[in-house]
Amino acid sequence: MQTVIFLICAVGAVAAGIAVFRVDSMARATLALLASFIFAAVPILLLGLSYLGILVILMMVMEMMIMAVFMVMYMMNPAGLMPMKMVHNNKMSLVIAAAVFVLLAAGALFTPWPSGTAEAAVSGSTTTGGRSAADPTLALGLDLMGPHMLVMIVIGLALFASMVAVVVLSTHRGRYDRFGDDLQRRPADDPVRGGLGK
Amino acid sequence: MTLQLFLLLAAALFAVGLYGLLSQQSIVMILMGLELAINGIIVAVAAFWFFAASGRPDGQVLVLVAISAMAIEMAMGFAITTAIFRARDVDMADSASDLAG
Repeated sequence: MQTVIFLICAVGAVAAGIAVFRVDSMARATLALLASFIFAAVPILLLGLSYLGILVILMMVMEMMIMAVFMVMYMMNPAGLMPMKMVHNNKMSLVIAAAVFVLLAAGALFTPWPSGTAEAAVSGSTTTGGRSAADPTLALGLDLMGPHMLVMIVIGLALFASMVAVVVLSTHRGRYDRFGDDLQRRPADDPVRGGLGK
Repeated sequence: MTLQLFLLLAAALFAVGLYGLLSQQSIVMILMGLELAINGIIVAVAAFWFFAASGRPDGQVLVLVAISAMAIEMAMGFAITTAIFRARDVDMADSASDLAG
Protein backbone atom coordinates (compact mmCIF):
# COMPACT_ATOMS: atom_id res chain seq x y z
CA MET A 1 0.00 0.00 0.00
CA GLN A 2 2.76 2.40 0.96
CA THR A 3 4.64 1.49 -2.18
CA VAL A 4 1.58 2.25 -4.30
CA ILE A 5 1.15 5.65 -2.67
CA PHE A 6 4.84 6.31 -3.09
CA LEU A 7 4.81 5.41 -6.77
CA ILE A 8 1.74 7.53 -7.49
CA CYS A 9 3.25 10.51 -5.69
CA ALA A 10 6.67 10.04 -7.28
CA VAL A 11 5.22 9.96 -10.78
CA GLY A 12 2.95 12.88 -9.92
CA ALA A 13 5.83 14.94 -8.54
CA VAL A 14 8.00 14.44 -11.62
CA ALA A 15 5.09 14.98 -14.02
CA ALA A 16 4.08 18.19 -12.27
CA GLY A 17 7.70 19.27 -12.28
CA ILE A 18 7.90 18.78 -16.01
CA ALA A 19 4.60 20.59 -16.43
CA VAL A 20 6.13 23.66 -14.75
CA PHE A 21 8.24 24.27 -17.84
CA ARG A 22 5.66 23.24 -20.40
CA VAL A 23 2.44 25.07 -19.52
CA ASP A 24 1.56 28.31 -21.20
CA SER A 25 1.02 30.61 -18.27
CA MET A 26 3.09 31.65 -15.30
CA ALA A 27 0.18 31.16 -12.93
CA ARG A 28 -0.27 27.59 -14.12
CA ALA A 29 3.46 27.00 -13.79
CA THR A 30 3.28 28.18 -10.17
CA LEU A 31 0.39 25.84 -9.41
CA ALA A 32 2.19 22.96 -11.14
CA LEU A 33 5.23 23.62 -8.96
CA LEU A 34 3.00 23.62 -5.89
CA ALA A 35 1.52 20.27 -6.95
CA SER A 36 5.01 18.91 -7.47
CA PHE A 37 6.06 19.99 -3.98
CA ILE A 38 3.00 18.44 -2.34
CA PHE A 39 3.48 15.19 -4.26
CA ALA A 40 7.13 15.14 -3.22
CA ALA A 41 6.27 15.83 0.42
CA VAL A 42 4.04 12.74 0.68
CA PRO A 43 7.00 10.32 0.37
CA ILE A 44 8.71 12.31 3.14
CA LEU A 45 5.60 11.83 5.24
CA LEU A 46 5.68 8.12 4.41
CA LEU A 47 9.16 7.96 5.89
CA GLY A 48 7.74 9.03 9.22
CA LEU A 49 9.09 12.58 9.02
CA SER A 50 5.73 14.09 9.82
CA TYR A 51 7.08 17.45 10.99
CA LEU A 52 9.39 18.04 8.03
CA GLY A 53 6.81 16.82 5.51
CA ILE A 54 4.13 19.13 6.89
CA LEU A 55 6.70 21.93 7.05
CA VAL A 56 7.48 21.52 3.35
CA ILE A 57 3.78 21.48 2.42
CA LEU A 58 2.86 24.54 4.50
CA MET A 59 5.92 26.52 3.44
CA MET A 60 5.38 25.75 -0.22
CA VAL A 61 1.70 26.64 -0.19
CA MET A 62 2.57 30.07 1.23
CA GLU A 63 5.57 30.49 -1.03
CA MET A 64 3.68 29.63 -4.18
CA MET A 65 0.88 32.03 -3.30
CA ILE A 66 3.47 34.81 -2.92
CA MET A 67 5.12 33.64 -6.11
CA ALA A 68 1.82 33.86 -7.99
CA VAL A 69 1.63 37.54 -6.99
CA PHE A 70 5.16 38.09 -8.30
CA MET A 71 4.23 36.34 -11.52
CA VAL A 72 1.36 38.71 -12.10
CA MET A 73 3.60 41.67 -11.21
CA TYR A 74 6.57 40.95 -13.45
CA MET A 75 5.71 38.46 -16.07
CA MET A 76 4.31 38.87 -19.48
CA ASN A 77 1.30 36.75 -20.21
CA PRO A 78 0.34 35.70 -16.69
CA ALA A 79 -3.05 34.46 -17.79
CA GLY A 80 -1.85 32.16 -20.53
CA LEU A 81 -3.83 33.73 -23.32
CA MET A 82 -1.18 32.92 -25.88
CA PRO A 83 1.50 30.25 -26.14
CA MET A 84 4.56 31.08 -24.10
CA LYS A 85 8.02 29.87 -24.91
CA MET A 86 10.88 31.62 -23.19
CA VAL A 87 13.89 29.37 -23.42
CA HIS A 88 17.44 29.62 -24.60
CA ASN A 89 19.73 26.77 -25.52
CA ASN A 90 16.87 24.35 -25.13
CA LYS A 91 18.42 21.32 -26.78
CA MET A 92 21.68 21.45 -24.85
CA SER A 93 19.78 21.95 -21.59
CA LEU A 94 17.72 18.83 -22.29
CA VAL A 95 20.86 16.84 -23.06
CA ILE A 96 22.62 18.00 -19.90
CA ALA A 97 19.58 17.34 -17.71
CA ALA A 98 19.11 13.86 -19.19
CA ALA A 99 22.79 13.06 -18.75
CA VAL A 100 22.73 14.19 -15.14
CA PHE A 101 19.63 12.08 -14.51
CA VAL A 102 21.24 9.00 -16.04
CA LEU A 103 24.37 9.57 -14.00
CA LEU A 104 22.49 10.03 -10.73
CA ALA A 105 20.17 7.09 -11.45
CA ALA A 106 23.14 4.84 -12.23
CA GLY A 107 24.73 5.91 -8.96
CA ALA A 108 21.50 5.23 -7.08
CA LEU A 109 20.97 1.82 -8.64
CA PHE A 110 24.49 0.42 -8.74
CA THR A 111 25.97 1.69 -5.49
CA PRO A 112 25.97 -1.04 -2.83
CA TRP A 113 23.98 0.86 -0.22
CA PRO A 114 23.94 -0.44 3.34
CA SER A 115 20.92 -2.72 3.29
CA GLY A 116 20.88 -4.12 6.80
CA THR A 117 18.60 -1.50 8.24
CA ALA A 118 16.38 -0.86 5.25
CA GLU A 119 13.95 -3.80 5.44
CA ALA A 120 13.64 -3.52 9.18
CA ALA A 121 12.98 0.17 8.80
CA VAL A 122 10.23 -0.31 6.20
CA SER A 123 8.48 -3.03 8.14
CA GLY A 124 8.56 -1.03 11.33
CA SER A 125 7.49 2.22 9.77
CA THR A 126 3.78 1.61 9.26
CA THR A 127 2.72 2.70 12.68
CA THR A 128 5.71 3.85 14.65
CA GLY A 129 7.28 6.07 12.06
CA GLY A 130 10.94 5.20 12.38
CA ARG A 131 13.07 2.23 13.18
CA SER A 132 14.35 3.10 16.57
CA ALA A 133 13.43 6.70 17.20
CA ALA A 134 9.92 6.54 18.61
CA ASP A 135 9.19 10.13 17.64
CA PRO A 136 11.49 11.64 14.99
CA THR A 137 10.10 15.11 15.63
CA LEU A 138 10.97 14.94 19.31
CA ALA A 139 14.42 13.63 18.45
CA LEU A 140 14.93 16.49 15.97
CA GLY A 141 13.82 19.09 18.47
CA LEU A 142 16.06 17.75 21.22
CA ASP A 143 18.93 17.54 18.77
CA LEU A 144 18.50 21.11 17.52
CA MET A 145 18.34 22.46 21.05
CA GLY A 146 21.26 20.29 22.12
CA PRO A 147 24.17 18.93 20.12
CA HIS A 148 23.22 20.71 16.90
CA MET A 149 22.32 24.08 18.29
CA LEU A 150 25.04 25.71 16.20
CA VAL A 151 23.07 24.71 13.08
CA MET A 152 19.97 26.38 14.47
CA ILE A 153 21.95 29.51 15.36
CA VAL A 154 23.45 29.72 11.87
CA ILE A 155 20.07 29.17 10.22
CA GLY A 156 18.54 31.88 12.37
CA LEU A 157 21.35 34.29 11.58
CA ALA A 158 21.14 33.52 7.86
CA LEU A 159 17.39 34.08 7.85
CA PHE A 160 17.80 37.38 9.66
CA ALA A 161 20.55 38.49 7.29
CA SER A 162 18.38 37.62 4.30
CA MET A 163 15.48 39.61 5.77
CA VAL A 164 17.70 42.68 6.06
CA ALA A 165 19.17 42.14 2.60
CA VAL A 166 15.75 41.65 1.02
CA VAL A 167 14.45 44.88 2.52
CA VAL A 168 17.56 46.78 1.40
CA LEU A 169 17.37 45.37 -2.13
CA SER A 170 13.70 45.95 -2.66
CA THR A 171 13.40 49.40 -1.10
CA HIS A 172 12.46 51.93 -3.70
CA ARG A 173 14.05 54.98 -2.12
CA GLY A 174 16.59 54.57 0.65
CA ARG A 175 18.18 57.17 2.89
CA TYR A 176 20.93 57.93 0.35
CA ASP A 177 18.26 58.94 -2.15
CA ARG A 178 16.65 61.19 0.40
CA PHE A 179 19.63 62.75 2.21
CA GLY A 180 22.35 62.61 -0.44
CA ASP A 181 25.53 60.56 -0.55
CA ASP A 182 26.90 62.10 2.65
CA LEU A 183 23.49 61.94 4.38
CA GLN A 184 23.79 65.69 5.07
CA ARG A 185 21.10 67.14 2.80
CA ARG A 186 18.27 68.85 4.69
CA PRO A 187 15.42 68.92 4.01
CA ALA A 188 15.22 65.47 2.48
CA ASP A 189 14.72 65.24 -1.26
CA ASP A 190 11.30 63.66 -1.44
CA PRO A 191 9.14 63.51 -4.55
CA VAL A 192 6.08 64.39 -2.50
CA ARG A 193 6.16 67.18 0.07
CA GLY A 194 4.89 66.32 3.51
CA GLY A 195 5.85 65.51 7.04
CA LEU A 196 6.97 67.76 9.84
CA GLY A 197 8.33 71.21 9.06
CA LYS A 198 7.71 71.18 5.31
CA MET B 1 9.68 1.42 -0.92
CA THR B 2 13.40 1.10 -1.25
CA LEU B 3 16.24 3.57 -1.04
CA GLN B 4 16.80 3.17 -4.77
CA LEU B 5 13.24 4.27 -5.59
CA PHE B 6 13.59 7.36 -3.42
CA LEU B 7 16.92 8.23 -4.98
CA LEU B 8 15.44 7.79 -8.46
CA LEU B 9 12.66 10.22 -7.54
CA ALA B 10 15.24 12.66 -6.17
CA ALA B 11 17.38 12.33 -9.30
CA ALA B 12 14.38 12.93 -11.56
CA LEU B 13 13.33 16.03 -9.61
CA PHE B 14 16.89 17.34 -9.67
CA ALA B 15 17.24 16.73 -13.40
CA VAL B 16 13.95 18.49 -14.18
CA GLY B 17 15.02 21.41 -12.04
CA LEU B 18 18.39 21.49 -13.76
CA TYR B 19 16.72 21.62 -17.15
CA GLY B 20 14.66 24.58 -15.99
CA LEU B 21 17.71 26.30 -14.56
CA LEU B 22 19.63 25.98 -17.79
CA SER B 23 16.92 26.64 -20.32
CA GLN B 24 14.57 29.28 -18.92
CA GLN B 25 15.01 32.94 -19.70
CA SER B 26 12.71 34.51 -17.15
CA ILE B 27 14.39 34.97 -13.77
CA VAL B 28 11.35 33.76 -11.86
CA MET B 29 11.24 30.55 -13.91
CA ILE B 30 14.94 30.01 -13.15
CA LEU B 31 14.08 30.31 -9.47
CA MET B 32 11.39 27.68 -9.94
CA GLY B 33 13.95 25.33 -11.45
CA LEU B 34 16.24 25.93 -8.49
CA GLU B 35 13.40 25.10 -6.11
CA LEU B 36 12.73 21.82 -7.90
CA ALA B 37 16.39 20.85 -7.71
CA ILE B 38 16.58 21.61 -3.97
CA ASN B 39 13.38 19.65 -3.45
CA GLY B 40 15.08 16.63 -5.02
CA ILE B 41 17.90 17.06 -2.53
CA ILE B 42 15.41 17.17 0.35
CA VAL B 43 13.82 13.90 -0.80
CA ALA B 44 17.24 12.27 -1.12
CA VAL B 45 18.41 13.39 2.32
CA ALA B 46 15.17 12.27 3.95
CA ALA B 47 15.53 8.85 2.31
CA PHE B 48 19.15 8.57 3.40
CA TRP B 49 18.16 9.46 6.94
CA PHE B 50 15.44 6.80 6.98
CA PHE B 51 17.33 3.96 5.36
CA ALA B 52 20.81 4.52 6.70
CA ALA B 53 20.64 6.28 10.04
CA SER B 54 17.08 6.58 11.28
CA GLY B 55 18.25 6.00 14.82
CA ARG B 56 19.86 9.43 14.94
CA PRO B 57 18.35 12.80 14.03
CA ASP B 58 21.41 14.15 12.17
CA GLY B 59 19.86 13.56 8.75
CA GLN B 60 16.76 15.50 9.75
CA VAL B 61 18.94 18.47 10.65
CA LEU B 62 20.34 18.36 7.11
CA VAL B 63 16.78 18.40 5.71
CA LEU B 64 16.08 21.47 7.82
CA VAL B 65 19.18 23.19 6.44
CA ALA B 66 18.05 22.39 2.87
CA ILE B 67 14.58 23.78 3.57
CA SER B 68 15.99 27.03 4.93
CA ALA B 69 18.34 27.26 1.95
CA MET B 70 15.26 26.99 -0.26
CA ALA B 71 13.45 29.75 1.63
CA ILE B 72 16.46 32.09 1.60
CA GLU B 73 17.10 31.45 -2.09
CA MET B 74 13.52 32.33 -2.94
CA ALA B 75 13.47 35.52 -0.87
CA MET B 76 16.83 36.75 -2.15
CA GLY B 77 15.93 35.84 -5.73
CA PHE B 78 12.74 37.84 -5.63
CA ALA B 79 14.50 40.78 -3.97
CA ILE B 80 17.14 40.83 -6.70
CA THR B 81 14.43 40.54 -9.35
CA THR B 82 12.64 43.49 -7.79
CA ALA B 83 15.84 45.56 -7.62
CA ILE B 84 16.86 44.90 -11.21
CA PHE B 85 13.32 45.36 -12.48
CA ARG B 86 13.16 48.74 -10.76
CA ALA B 87 16.56 49.80 -12.01
CA ARG B 88 16.28 48.77 -15.66
CA ASP B 89 12.93 47.11 -16.34
CA VAL B 90 14.65 43.75 -16.81
CA ASP B 91 12.98 40.44 -16.05
CA MET B 92 14.98 38.14 -18.31
CA ALA B 93 18.35 36.63 -17.52
CA ASP B 94 19.57 37.40 -21.05
CA SER B 95 19.14 41.14 -20.51
CA ALA B 96 21.21 41.08 -17.33
CA SER B 97 24.42 39.68 -18.74
CA ASP B 98 26.73 42.51 -17.67
CA LEU B 99 29.03 40.12 -15.88
CA ALA B 100 29.20 37.59 -18.72
CA GLY B 101 32.85 36.96 -19.45
